[in-house]
Amino acid sequence: MTTTSGIQDVPVNGTVGEPFVDSAKLSMRNVNVFYGEKQAIFDVSLDIGSNEVIAMIGPSGCGKSTFLRCLNRMNDTIEGCRVVGSLNLEGEDIYGAKLDVVPLRARVGIVFQKPNPFPKSIYENVAYGAKIHGLVSKRTELDEIVETSLQKAGLWNEVKDRLDAPGTGLSGGQQQRLCIARTIAVSPEVILMDEPCSALDPIATAKIEELIAELSENYTIAIVTHSMQQAARVSNRTAYFHLGKLIEVNETEKVFTNPDHQLTEAYITGRFG
Amino acid sequence: MDKLHLDQHISRQYNSDLEDLRTELLEMGGIVQEQVRDGISSISNADSDLARKVITVEDEVDAREMALDEHCTLVLARRQPAASDLRMVLAVSKITRDLERMGDEAEKVAQMALALVEEGQRSQGYVELRHIAHGVLHMVDEMLNAFARFDVDAALAVVREDNDVDREYKSAMRELMTCMMEDPHSINRILNVMWALRSLERIGDHARNIAEHIIYLVKGLDVRHTSVSEMERQVSSRSK
Repeated sequence: MTTTSGIQDVPVNGTVGEPFVDSAKLSMRNVNVFYGEKQAIFDVSLDIGSNEVIAMIGPSGCGKSTFLRCLNRMNDTIEGCRVVGSLNLEGEDIYGAKLDVVPLRARVGIVFQKPNPFPKSIYENVAYGAKIHGLVSKRTELDEIVETSLQKAGLWNEVKDRLDAPGTGLSGGQQQRLCIARTIAVSPEVILMDEPCSALDPIATAKIEELIAELSENYTIAIVTHSMQQAARVSNRTAYFHLGKLIEVNETEKVFTNPDHQLTEAYITGRFG
Repeated sequence: MDKLHLDQHISRQYNSDLEDLRTELLEMGGIVQEQVRDGISSISNADSDLARKVITVEDEVDAREMALDEHCTLVLARRQPAASDLRMVLAVSKITRDLERMGDEAEKVAQMALALVEEGQRSQGYVELRHIAHGVLHMVDEMLNAFARFDVDAALAVVREDNDVDREYKSAMRELMTCMMEDPHSINRILNVMWALRSLERIGDHARNIAEHIIYLVKGLDVRHTSVSEMERQVSSRSK
């Protein structure tokens, strides 16, 4: 049995808690991920429920971002990355041979750590996805999508008078909300967020967190974060990863007051050396 | 190494913050323990000097309560504790309040001792008082041991003992009512004994509350307002 040194000999095989839910939007079973020879994810099984916010936490290099990026095949772009196991989006195999990744990434959008607006106007940043996915036929429809998306992202009032200004001219927090607007413009079902606030100040972070709460009414959200308080604030369930293994999944309230696994406890209380 | 691994944070300052909380709480517990013991001695031995000392100590207990509250607030603000650390801070904050109230009750016992000394001593009611006092003192000792060792079994024993004290308290009350009916002249004096008994019984209740906070601290279980058997069942089903 694998163990980790430190607190005491703690078994790290298997997942404790409740990794499975009744109405799963995304369902992953026995997922293993390799970068060349090196295995990054070990036999992870997890459901993500509809309209749920799930936080993925763990020390650097624990595989949480790797796992998140499997969910819309962002890892395809990494050479030597191999994903084994079953990953389904509402019963459809995410890694199926017939599946086209472009519509997949429209259904499962992603927001990255650093805001990455296109070097285009604010309007074009949001309109871009809707245009390439052929979601609109008329300019008025596009205008509506841009306005609705910016409103949902809580950015409309701040930019409505300067939609032609470059997206890169916005502040960091505004840029991140622009990226979220861009993601929701193509009506995704799931939004993946990979440390979306780590480059933002506390006020911008609070706005994004507020946004996550509002978005969760319509979208399923999986967020990777290094901020324990953020995970505690925004998520319904929390998944703790350690050395590529999924150690514990439980209601967030339980994880932060009385976790089942000692490794989870050690991590969230700052006892890992 | 203690059961809660309080000394294993990456931040050594955090270790010492939590360790300080624990030490300060035990110190406050020690003062209250002595206050309860002295309160009981003052009434049992008609010692008005000792009774006055118990009343004076109350200020020290209040000051300790406020200092511990402040310390808990600082740890919450600085560290945003989670899991067992969070439970530690919450439990210390709640235990502090119960300890302070135990001190208040010990003071009331001392006040009754002074009143009884003024009226002149007679032995009626003192057997019951000594008997219950013995049980309550034992509860207070064991409760502090349970906290010092984070010992859930010892905490459960305190809860069980509180049930015994409650039973004995009711029986003593019946006994003293009979005495009052038989000898109306003693009503005033017996009422003072009854008030002292009432305070001792309340001290037992606070010790039980603290035992429940200790169970929450160690096991993460909220066992308030449950029977002893239900408590035991929950504790044994959570093998952490």
